[in-house]
Amino acid sequence: MAARLRSRRILLPLLLVVVLAAWFAGARAGSSAATFTQQNLKVSGTPEADGDPVDLDATLYLPEHTPAPAVLLAHGFGGSKASVAGDAQDLAERGYVVLTYSARGMGSSGGLIHLDSPDYEVKDGQRMLDQLAARPQVQTDSSGDPVVGVVGASYGGALALMLAGTDDRVDAIVPMITWNDLRQALFPQSTKTGGTGVFKKQWTASLLGSTLIGSGGSLGTTPSADQLKNLAEGDTQQALCGRLAKDLCQGYVQTATTGESTDDLLDLLGKSSPARVASKITIPSLLVQGQQDSLFPLSEADANAQAIAAAGGDVKLYWDTGGHDAGFDTEPLRPVVADFLDSALSGGSLAGTPGFQVEVASGALASDTTAPTSQLRTSMLAPGVPSRDASGRVRESSAPLTRMKLSGAGQFVLAPPGATPAAITSLPGAGALLSALGSAGSSLNLNALPGESATFQTEPLAQALTVTGSPRVTVGIASSAKEATLFASVVDVDEDGGTTLPSQLVAPIRVTGLGAGSTQDVTIDLPAVVRDIPAGHRLRVVLSTTDQAYAMPQEARLYQVSLAGDGMLTIPQARFTVTDAGSAVPWGGVIGVAGGVALLMLLFLVLHRRKLGGRPDETLTGTPIAIEGLGKAYGDGFRAVRDLSFRVERGQVLGLLGPNGAGKTTTLRMLMGLILPSEGRIRIFGHEVRPGAPVLSRLGSFIEGPGFLPHLSGRDNLSLYWRSTGRTADPYLEVALEIAGLGDDVDRKVRTYSQGMRQRLAIAQAMLGLPDLLVLDEPTNGLDPPQIREMREVLGRYAATGRTVVVSSHLLAEVEQSCSHVVVMAAGRLVAHGRVDELVGDGASVAVEVEPVSKGAEVAKTVAGVDEVRVVDGVLVVRADLQARADLVRELVQAGVAVSRVAPSRGLEETFLALVGEEA
Amino acid sequence: MPATGHSEGLEHLPPPSETVSPDGSAPGYSARRTLGLRVEARRQLTRRRTQISLGFLVVLPFILVAAFSFGEPGNGNPQTALVDLATSGAANFTVFTLFVSSGFLLVVIVALFAGDTVASEASWSSLRYLLAVPVPRSRLLRRKLTVALGYCLLALVLLPAVTYLVGGVFYGWAPLKTPLGGTIEGSELAVRLAIAVGYIAVSLLFVAALAFLVGVYTDAPLGAVGGAVMLVILSNILDSITALGDWRRFLPTHYSLAWTDVLSSELIWNSMVRGALWSIGYSAVLLAWSWWHFDRKDITS
Repeated sequence: MAARLRSRRILLPLLLVVVLAAWFAGARAGSSAATFTQQNLKVSGTPEADGDPVDLDATLYLPEHTPAPAVLLAHGFGGSKASVAGDAQDLAERGYVVLTYSARGMGSSGGLIHLDSPDYEVKDGQRMLDQLAARPQVQTDSSGDPVVGVVGASYGGALALMLAGTDDRVDAIVPMITWNDLRQALFPQSTKTGGTGVFKKQWTASLLGSTLIGSGGSLGTTPSADQLKNLAEGDTQQALCGRLAKDLCQGYVQTATTGESTDDLLDLLGKSSPARVASKITIPSLLVQGQQDSLFPLSEADANAQAIAAAGGDVKLYWDTGGHDAGFDTEPLRPVVADFLDSALSGGSLAGTPGFQVEVASGALASDTTAPTSQLRTSMLAPGVPSRDASGRVRESSAPLTRMKLSGAGQFVLAPPGATPAAITSLPGAGALLSALGSAGSSLNLNALPGESATFQTEPLAQALTVTGSPRVTVGIASSAKEATLFASVVDVDEDGGTTLPSQLVAPIRVTGLGAGSTQDVTIDLPAVVRDIPAGHRLRVVLSTTDQAYAMPQEARLYQVSLAGDGMLTIPQARFTVTDAGSAVPWGGVIGVAGGVALLMLLFLVLHRRKLGGRPDETLTGTPIAIEGLGKAYGDGFRAVRDLSFRVERGQVLGLLGPNGAGKTTTLRMLMGLILPSEGRIRIFGHEVRPGAPVLSRLGSFIEGPGFLPHLSGRDNLSLYWRSTGRTADPYLEVALEIAGLGDDVDRKVRTYSQGMRQRLAIAQAMLGLPDLLVLDEPTNGLDPPQIREMREVLGRYAATGRTVVVSSHLLAEVEQSCSHVVVMAAGRLVAHGRVDELVGDGASVAVEVEPVSKGAEVAKTVAGVDEVRVVDGVLVVRADLQARADLVRELVQAGVAVSRVAPSRGLEETFLALVGEEA
Repeated sequence: MPATGHSEGLEHLPPPSETVSPDGSAPGYSARRTLGLRVEARRQLTRRRTQISLGFLVVLPFILVAAFSFGEPGNGNPQTALVDLATSGAANFTVFTLFVSSGFLLVVIVALFAGDTVASEASWSSLRYLLAVPVPRSRLLRRKLTVALGYCLLALVLLPAVTYLVGGVFYGWAPLKTPLGGTIEGSELAVRLAIAVGYIAVSLLFVAALAFLVGVYTDAPLGAVGGAVMLVILSNILDSITALGDWRRFLPTHYSLAWTDVLSSELIWNSMVRGALWSIGYSAVLLAWSWWHFDRKDITS
């Protein structure tokens, strides 16, 4: 029995643990326990121009099963192979051989930074491909080439593109947030008129400038060992340039100083641009670009996509919500990249997958901080990117255009001298902050300063639209100088005039050949963004003369800006299917939770069923209480009751007598089903007692003090208690209240009652419905003598109706006076059980206090009818009937013995003390 | 002179009934009728803490109106944070009130209703008399939980309903302006608000289950409520530690503000579905635990 109990106690927590564990496992589904091994390599790269050898620090990850397709993973500018370790491990767990390496000039690799130069970095990439080709773990295709994809973000993304355009061993690429033409990226020009654009001084400084000190990457505070060496050798220029190649460094320093580009620098940047080789890329390409990116905006990826698609490559575009401004996290993209690589490298088909996927920030108030909620919208075709249909024909795909009329007269705007104050739209690294300010439509309008910006506005939108890409507008520009530099943007204006600059992007234009009152019409490609514009909002085209992030002319200029052409704003709108990644229901979780809840309920039902049942003992249905072998051991091992057996018959008033701690209350609690016996059983009218056993409804109880709702009156407490029993029978409320004897106080709140009043009310509550068995635990505690006498009456009269009463007490007198039967307990055991008068003895004992005692005893023995003469504690104790007592007293007095007191001897007390003493 | 009762009434009582039902119960007793919902609802409603909690929710909107009236009148600049929009109309006032109260006030009220219900009976010693009726233990928990959740729901509906009316009277019935510049009105607004309240209810289910479990363990009502609130605060603190990364998604309060997604122009279920699943999952485990423990507990209070 005990063993079964214990095993059940273990079973349930165990099941709970299993359910919980399954839960967590389900929640982390997908994190399979695939293993991989990794090893560090030292690969010799392309030597520097002066012949210095260059070692590249690389790591190879081998998956569990080989041969497998390989992935060359390149990192971003200023990073190292460690910054892509997470992505590498993920790919290795997915079964790819992964090779990562620190690019030259970064991390622990040697050499100088040539900015993805085809002569250095791209050749390094080819050496990495050689490494992969030489390894047996790498799967090869029919021609013996390794099956390899190149994945990288930013600096690494451009490397992927250029490597793919240079080396045909590459089978798929995933370039992320990278450039098409570094000249356009760093000197953007947003019109087709040509010419070098406006120098993006802040971004360039935070990229290249950071390499001038330290070892590349984030701004260091100490010069590198190489720099110190260069300083010592007198090569101050190289010392200044740090790990940036000298030619690049000089070009940058000059440009940063003057704000004007040098041809040498433009040539170098041109060489480092995928634009040069993109038309040779014919492999599947997934181009991921960020919407919050003022360094490499969406238009850079579009240019790559158009070139690759035109060359016959299969292009997928993915516009992420992040970017260089807002930060770019590759982790959420891992499944997207892996799916693409799985199809592209394992010979799967890409035909069914959408060509264009756009994450749209939901703008929710950041309920989930780890991954901002966003919606995924997809379209089979990317706007402006030609694609091939099933038959291989090239199809032009252009986004549907919406045209909206702009209004606004020609305006004069000032380019302030010294380009101060300047508008602030983006700050490298702090873009997210500005965006938060801007997207809230804040009144802090730093995007366009009054007097420095011209605006043209549409009517409120009749219906909502989604800008997907680069809107266009044509304006006429005249300048007080020969040139004009302007920053154009489209602003979302809500009904109340609050403005939002989508993605905080501006499109710089630089118009040359002006002056002497000539006006030039230019068509501006406004920043490419994704934004839902609700109905009722307006779109406003803003042309600002300043922007903090760009190099601006230092002299004061006055421009006149007016609408030109048809005066329309042309807005591209891709047709999307909302695949709603943002609203996808995690069915696994739903099923898991539903299954878990169902399992718990089933478990509960099964266990509950098992508890029911147990047929009554027919022979005992007339016996109010039958206790057999009852025992209770508490959790701490204390045995409060052991091996207790007795019966109580109908009509008895049973006294449960014992000193404090004898186990009386524990027994009564077990009788009420409040605590579970550890052994033995209790039957009430033949039915075994368990928690909630229906037979308990025939038992009325008062145990260890009253329990009332203190905020209700006595009467309300009783009637509410009766209602909570749900019984329909007559509660005999008036009889009970009469017994309580509270008078008018019965309508006062219980919290105002004295201890005795509560006690009497509780006894009345126990009597509600006239239970067949009334159990009272120390009922006279706290009552005064008249009330105690009354209580005795109550118990007697109650039993006289044929019902049974059990009273516990540690007071002997009380039991002796009010009970017909008694059970004496001590230290948890039964020590005596029987009728009170039997235990007391049939003949009454009398205690006679006499002086001198010895003579008194002599005399007593001679009296007829007196037997059993003892001296106890100096008192003469005799057994004698009434007649004999009178004789005894007379004889004693005649014999000259002084009789000071004649009293009944405490018969039960003797028995009690004797019994308890034995136990102790 | 102490009053004494009188037992003469006992003289004329009928003898005990001789008809015995097969399960041995007293005449008129049926376990299924014990502790009716209305009885339990009345037991709880008569308590000061219930009345004060519900009353406070009714008064809160007026306090907020009074507080807002201290501010300078708007300078015409459209402000878009929830608090700036709060006085723009009934709907925004309601959303703002939900936003400021869902994080702590409603948590405390739910913990109070659910945690105190069993623990307070234990502290009054009335629990043993209910069990001696006998109300079967699992039925007692079921009834108590049902009524407690009912009051929680009442509180959750009462607050936005009163707030909406108060907001309408003081600030007009303008449609909901979202912080992102959109507006939501008409039946769509009603649906959105209902979803928000519904989600808050589901996400607070976890708090209720936690408080209920602690309440089943302890005899001190304050301990039950305080313990549950403390664990919720712990979860919130852990949620703000970014070093925990994705593990924070397993925290029960991680998605507690997901209902604000109803404010976006298109309804986004993502976080709400996940939050609801976690909450229901945790609640199921905690409640099963409560039942398991209470079924075996020795009632010694």
